[in-house]
Amino acid sequence: MTVTAHGPLPPVPYDVAVVGAGVVGCAIARELARRPGLRIALVEAQDDVGQGTSKANTAILHTGFDAVPGSLEARLVREGSRALAAYAAESGIPVEPVGALLVAWDEEQRAALPRLAEKAERNECHDTRILGPADLYAREPRLGPGALGALHVPGESIICPWTTTLAYATQAVRHGVDLHLNTPVTGVSHTGGPHRLTTGRGTLTARHLVNAAGLHADALDRHLGHQDFTVTPRRGQLIVYDKFARDLVRHILLPVPTALGKGVLVAPTVYGNVLLGPTAEDLDDKSATGSTAGGLALLREKGRRILPALDDEEVTAVYAGLRAATEHDDYAVAAHPGQACVTVGGIRSTGLTASLALAAHVTGLLEDMGLDGGPARELEPVRMPNLGEAFPRPCRQPELVAADPEYGTLVCHCERVSRGEIRDALAGTVPPRTLDGLRRRTRVRAGRCQGFHCGAAVRDLWERHRHGPQEARA
Amino acid sequence: MTPVREVDVLLVGAGPGGLAAAARLAAAGAGRVEVLEREQRAGGVPRHCAHGGFGTWLHPLTGPAHARLLTDAAERSGAAVRTGVTALDWTGPLELATVSPAGPETIAARAVVLATGARERPRAARLVPGTRPAGVYTTGELQQAVHLYGQRIGTRAVIVGAEDVSYAAAGTVRAAGAEVVALVTEAPRAQTAAVRAADARLRHRVPLLTGTTVTELLGHGRLSGVRVRRRDGRTAVLACDTVVFTGDFVPDQELARRGGIALDAGTRGPAVDGALRTSRPGVFAVGSVLHPVESAGTAAREGAHAAAAVRRWLAGGEWPGGVGLLVEPPLRWIAPNRVAPGDHRPFVLRTTALLLRPVLHVTQDGRPLHRERHVSAAVPNRTLTLSARWTGRVDPEGGPVRVSAA
Repeated sequence: MTVTAHGPLPPVPYDVAVVGAGVVGCAIARELARRPGLRIALVEAQDDVGQGTSKANTAILHTGFDAVPGSLEARLVREGSRALAAYAAESGIPVEPVGALLVAWDEEQRAALPRLAEKAERNECHDTRILGPADLYAREPRLGPGALGALHVPGESIICPWTTTLAYATQAVRHGVDLHLNTPVTGVSHTGGPHRLTTGRGTLTARHLVNAAGLHADALDRHLGHQDFTVTPRRGQLIVYDKFARDLVRHILLPVPTALGKGVLVAPTVYGNVLLGPTAEDLDDKSATGSTAGGLALLREKGRRILPALDDEEVTAVYAGLRAATEHDDYAVAAHPGQACVTVGGIRSTGLTASLALAAHVTGLLEDMGLDGGPARELEPVRMPNLGEAFPRPCRQPELVAADPEYGTLVCHCERVSRGEIRDALAGTVPPRTLDGLRRRTRVRAGRCQGFHCGAAVRDLWERHRHGPQEARA
Repeated sequence: MTPVREVDVLLVGAGPGGLAAAARLAAAGAGRVEVLEREQRAGGVPRHCAHGGFGTWLHPLTGPAHARLLTDAAERSGAAVRTGVTALDWTGPLELATVSPAGPETIAARAVVLATGARERPRAARLVPGTRPAGVYTTGELQQAVHLYGQRIGTRAVIVGAEDVSYAAAGTVRAAGAEVVALVTEAPRAQTAAVRAADARLRHRVPLLTGTTVTELLGHGRLSGVRVRRRDGRTAVLACDTVVFTGDFVPDQELARRGGIALDAGTRGPAVDGALRTSRPGVFAVGSVLHPVESAGTAAREGAHAAAAVRRWLAGGEWPGGVGLLVEPPLRWIAPNRVAPGDHRPFVLRTTALLLRPVLHVTQDGRPLHRERHVSAAVPNRTLTLSARWTGRVDPEGGPVRVSAA
């Protein structure tokens, strides 16, 4: 199993290089790993998987009810949704089928509900229902006053986006994919022979190229001479509320979409928090992942309207991410057979849901252009550590603690993360390279105290692990 | 189902309040007295306050020495102080689900004392915008990093706040060999003893920026600076690789709230009467969870006081609730926040605004009960007290008692 983060890259050519280890790139690498004859590289600019747009989504497993009927996105979201639900169950990725309510706050929005129900029907989402105010408030008693009705979409779920990406990457690496982190691709040349990728760690060659570079997919495409789309980073700021807010809301509360975008939602998270966001700010800077006073004020104002009691709860975290918006209404997936290359661009927040279907689609395109890895095999399933509140954490499993007391030794009290879980994450197939990476894998110091109680203890475990036994002896 | 083990008194949290209560209870023969501490060491916050100011005038101690003294006293008197044990949730009115390396266990008690402490509000909860770089601390995390684990912090630190805990954080930064760039506070002046503020300014040459707000954290990966805004609208960037958010304490009331125990709107901790009784018969609360935060000495005295109340309860005592005790702005909170005629211990309060020589008025249903003049100023984030000389005049059948400042 190969994960590298520094030093020169292997000189031998790969059959396929997937650029970008976000949720989509990892899913594609995993799908390609089913062909045992292929040598595959997954190349990532950052120090961990899922560090770009993948960590900025709203953690929803969509039904695709509101996609543009007949679009590629509509099909892949629909197929991907089923595939991911099954994969999550098999792999221990937390999912809660809470359902969504599209809440109409004025007459115009209420008038739009039947059209949305009809669109859902065309997207093969047959179980939606329009609710009047009485039914709506019975379902969401804490909803702010003035809602006129809602469209209920029972199939919408919440999911752990982080575990999903890590599960794909883990499975890919265990089946022979080489994951190269800290490897920004700065140029590509393709002159008859294999692609030569210029990276921060030297040259990497590959016969086939998959561009899943997210925010930077347009730049990589330009190197290959394509001008199909331009990525405009769209910043989304999000506020994560304390777990005590979880009882305030039962469904994903969506606004009725308008010309201005999908708007701000309130949703439970699988970790037991409540999410408010995102903003939608089109920017020029692909590194502007900071939150702003204006963005947070806007979110809180919207939140007060949707769920007034939210304002009395503590905020646990604030983050901002960039979505890869393009000028097109659909995913920009394009095969370039002459260049042995597939571009997977313009993947918006639905990319998480669509990831497995996208991977199958892209693999099909590669095979159409002559990639032959032999017959597909079944992959050994992965079993991911559970980060969800709806399923028992290790410290609540007596047999687990009895077998290994480290699971009963809690380090992070807010999120109830045991020393055993930290140890397991540090020894994982795709191990964390930073404390933030450890947080994403375990939720250590992701809770309400943000490290007041456990931060130093966690850093101590981290440094002992990094510096190895000599530090432990000292 | 895990079997239920029974004890007489279960205390949650081995800080000064919990340990002092446990020591008194065990010494008085209250039966099996058990303290649960989720950390690996008992002592609470003083464990990592490597400065003086603890103990008594006659026997001054550092925080860690104070923590050891309290732990030893509790253990010597016969209380079981169990570290590495977390109380997860309630399984009955006086019964808690716990977990430790030995496995899950349910413990039932005749009385439960919540001594779960407080924490500083972290950066995110203060809604400070910007990036999410490394190098962002609270005082609690900073002190543990430096004093318990000998970890390296950055080289240049900005301290947010100018109250006692902020000056303690500045001391820890210097002890770690780093430079304090400035203390930054929105307040118009330091909220600490004048001598302490002067010492920092003159001896350690630490600038104090008053009327100043941190508006943004800068830097990818590692903090590179903080943007600040003065009250007059001017902005500046303070270059630093470390920022410490100090003070702004919130009670660690998770267990109380999970149990449906009534909370006080002011302190946000459990509402208690003068005998430290919460809304649930048999459940008491002591220490900083009641009043975020007072000194370790106050918490320990409260623990001793609660021990007497717990013993009365174990002997078949009543559970009178008292009447509500409310404060009016600019007062922020008062604790205890329920009052009954027998209460004799002083109350602690906080103000949001500086009050020079305040006069506190206590009334019930418009009827004046008490008037108390203070000779020294009431400063935000510093202790203000109110005597209990007036509680005999409270009508236990009347409406809430109100405290206002003029």
